[in-house]
Amino acid sequence: MNNSPYFRKPTSIQVIMFKVLVALLPAVAAYVWLLGAGILVNVALASITALAGEAAMLKVRGRPITPFLSDGSALVTAWLIALTFPPLSPWWLTVAGTLFAVVVVKQLYGGLGQNPFNPAMAAFAVMIVAFPALMSQWPSVGHPLDFSAQLKLILGGLRELDAITGATPLDALRTGLRESGHPVTITSVMNGNPAFGMAGGKGWELIVLGYLLGGLWLWQQKVITWHIPLAFLAVLGAIAGIFHLASPEHFASPLFHLASGGAMLGAFFILTDPISSATTPRGKLVFAAGAALLTWIIRSFGAYPDGVAFSVLLMNILVPLIDMYTQPPIFGHKEGGQKQ
Amino acid sequence: MGIYQDITRNGMWKQNPAVAQILGMCPVLAISTSAVNGISLGLATALVMALSNMCSAALRNFIPYEIRIPVFILIIAALVTAVDLAMNAYFHTLYLVLGIFIPLIVTNCIVLARIEAFAAKNETAPATFDGWMMGVGLTAVLGVLGGIRELLGTGQLFSGIEMVIPGTHALQVLPEDYPGFLVAILPPGAFITLGLLVAGKNWLDARAARAAAAAATPAHA
Repeated sequence: MNNSPYFRKPTSIQVIMFKVLVALLPAVAAYVWLLGAGILVNVALASITALAGEAAMLKVRGRPITPFLSDGSALVTAWLIALTFPPLSPWWLTVAGTLFAVVVVKQLYGGLGQNPFNPAMAAFAVMIVAFPALMSQWPSVGHPLDFSAQLKLILGGLRELDAITGATPLDALRTGLRESGHPVTITSVMNGNPAFGMAGGKGWELIVLGYLLGGLWLWQQKVITWHIPLAFLAVLGAIAGIFHLASPEHFASPLFHLASGGAMLGAFFILTDPISSATTPRGKLVFAAGAALLTWIIRSFGAYPDGVAFSVLLMNILVPLIDMYTQPPIFGHKEGGQKQ
Repeated sequence: MGIYQDITRNGMWKQNPAVAQILGMCPVLAISTSAVNGISLGLATALVMALSNMCSAALRNFIPYEIRIPVFILIIAALVTAVDLAMNAYFHTLYLVLGIFIPLIVTNCIVLARIEAFAAKNETAPATFDGWMMGVGLTAVLGVLGGIRELLGTGQLFSGIEMVIPGTHALQVLPEDYPGFLVAILPPGAFITLGLLVAGKNWLDARAARAAAAAATPAHA
């Protein structure tokens, strides 16, 4: 979809996907340090499920199994699911979400390169609609359980989680602003809750920095271009900033928006999915700006705590239209297709 | 007897309203949240279809061709009103659950489609049978669709059966602590499950065609 010249070193899917996995490592390390090693169990569970589901579907569809399995795309989906689902969710939640992503969203639409929706975000949306309570239980940052206790929570059915889990900062802010009977302000909500830290949630700053670091490395490696992350973060920050300036007691600060929930992960790793996002440079800007606007709207006025997953899916629907209207002119032609 | 076998096969499988013709999707998707709901609305539709096909076929030589559609709709509307009142009287709780979808049978395109495609060109007896079998085929799909969605969504089967047969209970198929896959009950679950049913029918057809081809080849060779 780009202009000539087309000379370019061909990069295999395998290399790209491997680099994405490497770029996720800083955030995974931050996760382990802050929330304990339980996340690694979820990563392993999701990876095994994704590979098994992909292999089964490729066999049913009569496609070669080894080349498609070894391209690493299923692993990227699995890791994104493990990182977006709550780290101590029961094993079947991760397994069911991963199977939905790989079997329904990816393979039923025709496999790698054919899926109109981001598999990991579709799985997240389905699971948060189906199991809203389980999908909102995040462990409190900074007091990780020991590994065997985490393993028991993930594998066993024991769900005595109230003592160790709570809402995410976005969720706490939304509930605090919305559901108390008397008028409240952001300051009063934040002061009373230990979940809030310097920028977003307490401790979450580190994980967000991990995503930022990995994302910048991906950009430096030319796996992703600057358009989507910059447009997403800038537009989200700008809208949040305007409303925060107008009414600082009712709308959270831009820093809070950028540093909480899935904003940073979405900007660098999810919106940049080469399959389900826009492909033209201008289209990428429109796509990411639209996702940022929807994210802010859903976060501020919607019923769900975070809006990244839903806005990604909604913008995925618009991708063919965006690509059609943002075609760059052919080399030697003016805008609109006329010859110079 | 050949024509009745053909009608049965068309209604139940080959031209099944829900998985082959994909007609009447609004009630199929909206009401199939449980097997009982699906089968109840399916049978009500089947009754309307049998009666409307019967009336239209009997009157087909007296209806001017140019205004046949409004006349057919009037016939359907009169019959749906009768079914609506009867269900209100005899299955009142079920009637409240199915709600607007009973009067909406009037606008179900499969009803008009069968009058236009079959009853307007055939004798009264086969036309009545066609309406009934198409309705039963729709009912079967609604029942299967509702059953799958209900089982995945709540772990039960035939919930709400006490509205139809007093004194009976829903079957708890999956363990009591099954968390319930809510999406199966919501509209996306209806679309995905119906898509899988259509794919399943096409897969069975393709397999049968392959088997028939394989069986036929050696005979000619």
